[in-house]
Amino acid sequence: MFEDGTIINELLIERLNYFIYVVLLLIGLHAMIAKKNLIKKLIGMSIFQTAIILFYVSIGVKEGSTIPVYLPEHDPHGSHSVPSDTNETSHFDHGPVILDSSLVKGYANPLPHVLMLTAIVVGVATLGLALALCQRIYQGYGTIEEDELLAKMESREIRSKTLSVQIPKDQKLPKKDELKKEKSRSVSKSKTLSASKPKPKGKK
Amino acid sequence: MKLLSYIPVLVVGVLLLYAAKDFPEWGSPDAPASKSPVSSHFIANTGVDTEVPNMVTAVLADYRGFDTMFETVVVFIAGMAVLAILKNSGRKKLVKREFEVDAEPDLIVTNTVRLLVPVIQIFAFYVLAHGHVSPGGGFQGGVLMGASFILVALSWDLETALIRFPLNWTTILGGLGIFLYAGIGLLSMFLGGEFLDYSELANIFPVSREMARYHAMLGVEIGVGLTVTAIMFSLYANLSTEGRLQRGL
Amino acid sequence: MGLALFNTFILLLLVVAALLALRVKDLLTASVVFAVYSFLMCLLWAEMGAVDVAFTEATVGAGISTVVLIATIFNLKRKSSD
Repeated sequence: MFEDGTIINELLIERLNYFIYVVLLLIGLHAMIAKKNLIKKLIGMSIFQTAIILFYVSIGVKEGSTIPVYLPEHDPHGSHSVPSDTNETSHFDHGPVILDSSLVKGYANPLPHVLMLTAIVVGVATLGLALALCQRIYQGYGTIEEDELLAKMESREIRSKTLSVQIPKDQKLPKKDELKKEKSRSVSKSKTLSASKPKPKGKK
Repeated sequence: MKLLSYIPVLVVGVLLLYAAKDFPEWGSPDAPASKSPVSSHFIANTGVDTEVPNMVTAVLADYRGFDTMFETVVVFIAGMAVLAILKNSGRKKLVKREFEVDAEPDLIVTNTVRLLVPVIQIFAFYVLAHGHVSPGGGFQGGVLMGASFILVALSWDLETALIRFPLNWTTILGGLGIFLYAGIGLLSMFLGGEFLDYSELANIFPVSREMARYHAMLGVEIGVGLTVTAIMFSLYANLSTEGRLQRGL
Repeated sequence: MGLALFNTFILLLLVVAALLALRVKDLLTASVVFAVYSFLMCLLWAEMGAVDVAFTEATVGAGISTVVLIATIFNLKRKSSD
């Protein structure tokens, strides 16, 4: 089952990171679509986000490389670092040098780390913003469950419509009339506006 | 609805798994992301260009400084938006809910925190200032600093923390951090370079061009740290009290 | 091999933590399990050599975002329908 070359071997042994990133992304996506609680949706969003970050960090990994901080022998301030062996003092005494490509392979890729570092901090800021919106929704409607929220919004909408039309018996007929009236009103308004606007310009 | 939600999830999953077999070999140094001239340049030349041992800090604050500046602005805007959304919105009457009790701050907790908070704050300064040489930098240092104030608010109450860090300071400090960042960028622009080209600062400071970049990065990180500290504390203070700023968590 | 095993172990725990955080009906438990998830992610990144990202995730993901979530749940209902 786990021989070389099979798809299962490819996904589960050699590229487990890529497989798990897909799984986490799908868990997050499913939570964002199917969960009814808004806080659960936000937790799903955060899981989605960390899955993307996992992907980015995974493509920057190099086998057998060290962290993206210069080793003492490449340290630009080499003379500052205290060598453990006194015989090697002369080795550490050097200025900064441009590393050649064989040495570059020894360090992990810093670029994905930078991109993801800022993404995490911005992620928590946007999570805070979303939670503030959740609190406002709870103050307005008394619930953060999506289905209850939609039902309450609908009932509230109907109530406001019936109040504005003032003919609660036939709600469907006045709609068109109102729309027409509003349209004509807005058209006449814009006409008057456009008519009144050029006048001062003409005077000048 | 429950079953319907699986359709987009499965479609996305099949597409991503189909694409996963084209990904480069795990951990291979010849992967396109690692082989690209940009990241190779960063690894090879950071030491010569800026003399910063930690490449992540150098790329964050120098090579990609413009990006980081606007990330900081995003954090600031999010903090201000939370302030604007929750201001004057909560329950005015302060009705006590069934799980709220009046209790003195616990003696053991407060005394532990009293010992812990200075250590956390010194560690935050260390992380901020030592970000050039070891993991760390403005974002981490700022978050640690904000967390120390949140710890005070959690163990005593929010009022005690707000005496030490009033909320109108957070707006000022957050703005100040961005001004410090943009100011260093503008200063290097007025000295003849491009925006955020710190090496021009060597014209007015008695350092080499490389060390000018090294030290300007510290200034930029301090700016980021100020903004993040202020916004993290303001996020907590507003969210735990619905913007009332009293009787929080 | 040891490191690969560690990697595999954490990746599987991550999936368990993510599913558990979305499964429990108590939102307070969910946010604490989410903190565990963030911290596992931080361990994974430290193992993959992304030390700065791991540091940021440990302070932001496991620290601040949990506190902010719990502060919000304090003002909302604690129970969730799903």
